[in-house]
Amino acid sequence: MNVHVSTQASPAPVLRVEGLSKQFEMHHLRRTLFAFENIGFELGEGEFILLKGENGAGKSTLLRTLYRSYLPRAGHAYYHTKEGVIDLASAADVDIAVLRRREIGFVTQFLNARPRVAAEEIVAEPLRLAGMPHGQALSEARRWLAAFGVKPQLWPAYPSTFSGGEQQKVNLARALILPQRMLLLDEPTASLDRSARKALVERLAELKASGVAMIGVFHHPEDVAGLIDREIQLETIRIADEPDDVAE
Amino acid sequence: MAALNLDNPVGVTRQPPRLMLAEPILTMRSVIRSYGDVRALAGVDATVYPGEVLGIVGESGSGKSTLLRMMNLEDTPDAGTYQLALPGQEDRNLFTLDRFERRMLRAHHIGIVYQNPHLGLLMNHTSSGNVAERLLIAGKRNFAELRERARESLDASEFPIERMDARPRELSGGMQQRVQLAKAIALEPAVLLLDEPTTGLDVSVQALVLDTLKRLQRDRKITMVLVSHDLGVIRTMADRVMVMRRGEVVEQGLADQIFQDPQHEYTQQLVHAKL
Repeated sequence: MNVHVSTQASPAPVLRVEGLSKQFEMHHLRRTLFAFENIGFELGEGEFILLKGENGAGKSTLLRTLYRSYLPRAGHAYYHTKEGVIDLASAADVDIAVLRRREIGFVTQFLNARPRVAAEEIVAEPLRLAGMPHGQALSEARRWLAAFGVKPQLWPAYPSTFSGGEQQKVNLARALILPQRMLLLDEPTASLDRSARKALVERLAELKASGVAMIGVFHHPEDVAGLIDREIQLETIRIADEPDDVAE
Repeated sequence: MAALNLDNPVGVTRQPPRLMLAEPILTMRSVIRSYGDVRALAGVDATVYPGEVLGIVGESGSGKSTLLRMMNLEDTPDAGTYQLALPGQEDRNLFTLDRFERRMLRAHHIGIVYQNPHLGLLMNHTSSGNVAERLLIAGKRNFAELRERARESLDASEFPIERMDARPRELSGGMQQRVQLAKAIALEPAVLLLDEPTTGLDVSVQALVLDTLKRLQRDRKITMVLVSHDLGVIRTMADRVMVMRRGEVVEQGLADQIFQDPQHEYTQQLVHAKL
């Protein structure tokens, strides 16, 4: 796979990806599905990289691999923490879990709504886990819900009953309430209304200015045109192996 | 073209480097247990980190409940070691403890909620009495303190306090589980073991009990090991997941990775059967 990256001197490094590849072994079909191969790029503090490519080119798969929801086949993703450099491609699960709590965020359009938990509690949770008192975390959560255009009467309601758009706003407020060091953005603006999109882009600009590194896929890249430092073009996925090609 | 190796799928057997951002609270190594000709645990390693929920899944007979019983020191393996990182305690293999030492260790540091409340509760004692009994075993003697701590623990488990003197046999299944939970957390255990805690409950009651567990984990940072055959429960609760089959761990990983990108053929079957 060819990856086109316009090179530019990076500020303090946050992530250096080398030869990263991902394939899915589908045992029941005895097939291997190639997602992407030999990806390499660098991401520095306060930088914003836009991933481009057709549907199926592996953009979201790359983000999920960096977040370790997917396990890479080969390659490295060296992430600079306060404690040292860690390879996200092979780090122990518990270290990844710690990094997710402390400094790597994944922002998606989908909310994993838990039953019987109010919207404001869902948004406040990252602050509470970080040690903020309940009352303060709730008031901060309400501020963010308001910023994303969620009506106050919905704040104490359960998001499992919300429309897709409202769920997405709750999800974004939760994902962005606590500043992270690196954000992986998987189509966060999809199906958002204009005011929520504006609130999201403003928050991303604020985070970028504070040094947060970001890499993302956007359905409408024009939403974040003012933030983009570099673009990475992923080419279309290779065809899955035929069963005959696969060793028994 | 890369060959597909079904015996050694990607990511399952690798030994990743550690930056040591967290130290384990529970460590088991090479635990073997056979019952007659049946090998229930065939050299199992398990590690649990502070504040996390480790989910253990697998079909009946996979060894997941046997492993939990080992963690609760209810049984002794044929081989293997078990350490809990407890403040002020020497680092020793807990499987070598005698019966009394095990009882004391359980009373102070390990909580358990069984699927069957009859295993965890005295059905003819009051609910508060069940919680107090655990405090008594741990050496608490002041009656007022016992009652107050039982009340606090029942309240934290979202048990209706006005019913604290009701006997478990007079309560619903969901309420019985809350009493078990209150008993298990009364002394803030180092690890809380949950053996199919919501199996057999109505779906709505199950959601309430899981929500209580989530709250406890968030507010009190209680470390939990949750055994369940219900992947929905594991997905809702667990940070990391261990998949067992025939007494062995076939795969373990972050919960989202296990559900979104399972590596082992058995795990793929399990996840796809659910989805």
